[in-house]
Amino acid sequence: MNFTLEHHNGCQVLFVQEERIDAHNSIALKTELLQQLEQGGGTLIVQLAQVRFIDSSGLGALLSGHKQAALHGGKLVLVNIQPPVLSMFEITRLNRVFEIYTDLDEALTAQA
Amino acid sequence: MSPAIIQVDVIIPTQTRYLDLIGSIGGHIAKELDNYTGDRTALAYHLNLVLTEATANAIKHAHDKNSQELKDTKEAKDTVRICIHIEDKQLTIKVYDHGQGFDLETVAAPDFDNPQDHGMGLFFIKTFMDSVTYTQQADGNVLEIIKFL
Repeated sequence: MNFTLEHHNGCQVLFVQEERIDAHNSIALKTELLQQLEQGGGTLIVQLAQVRFIDSSGLGALLSGHKQAALHGGKLVLVNIQPPVLSMFEITRLNRVFEIYTDLDEALTAQA
Repeated sequence: MSPAIIQVDVIIPTQTRYLDLIGSIGGHIAKELDNYTGDRTALAYHLNLVLTEATANAIKHAHDKNSQELKDTKEAKDTVRICIHIEDKQLTIKVYDHGQGFDLETVAAPDFDNPQDHGMGLFFIKTFMDSVTYTQQADGNVLEIIKFL
């Protein structure tokens, strides 16, 4: 699983550099999210612009991160979700669980 | 000319690195179907997803199996077979595994008010396909999935 991590306006931004998240790489995603969130308190923005496909294990990894963030008083938000991937959040109603923004600027403005 | 019959039969090692390959077959098939009038892009995603979930389940069950039994028939359990057959507007996927199996009827639906990070795979298969059955046999198990096109 390829990622890049940047800092913008006090938020960590994790760019997922993969077109596909499935059971082959979702454990690596979950591990990375939990590692970034274990210090607690802040906002982790996950940018999914490159992701064209996600399965149940990928959704599960993001949900684990969301729960871990909440446990430590922080939050995990999602940006740039492609329409087919967003439909997976909608059918599982996870779009009501996550904070989802159109792009990074919108997410950063909301955190300010 | 009568519509083409498509039959794909693949055997892969029980390794998740092959999920992309299996899923992409579904995506390509959706683009090649004769006389399909629905949303091909959505069908491509759904077939990719269903094949990915079903194969991931089979790989997981193979690895869950008791280690001694695994030694007894190691060769068979090191592989998962996936068959896709399309004929007369019916798409049938069969995924054969050699794990301990499970009862499809007892698999709970996801609790959307208290979402968990697991247990959504079969929900997707049931949601996007028209029929799902799981049969346990002495020489292995088969998950059969049907989609009317």
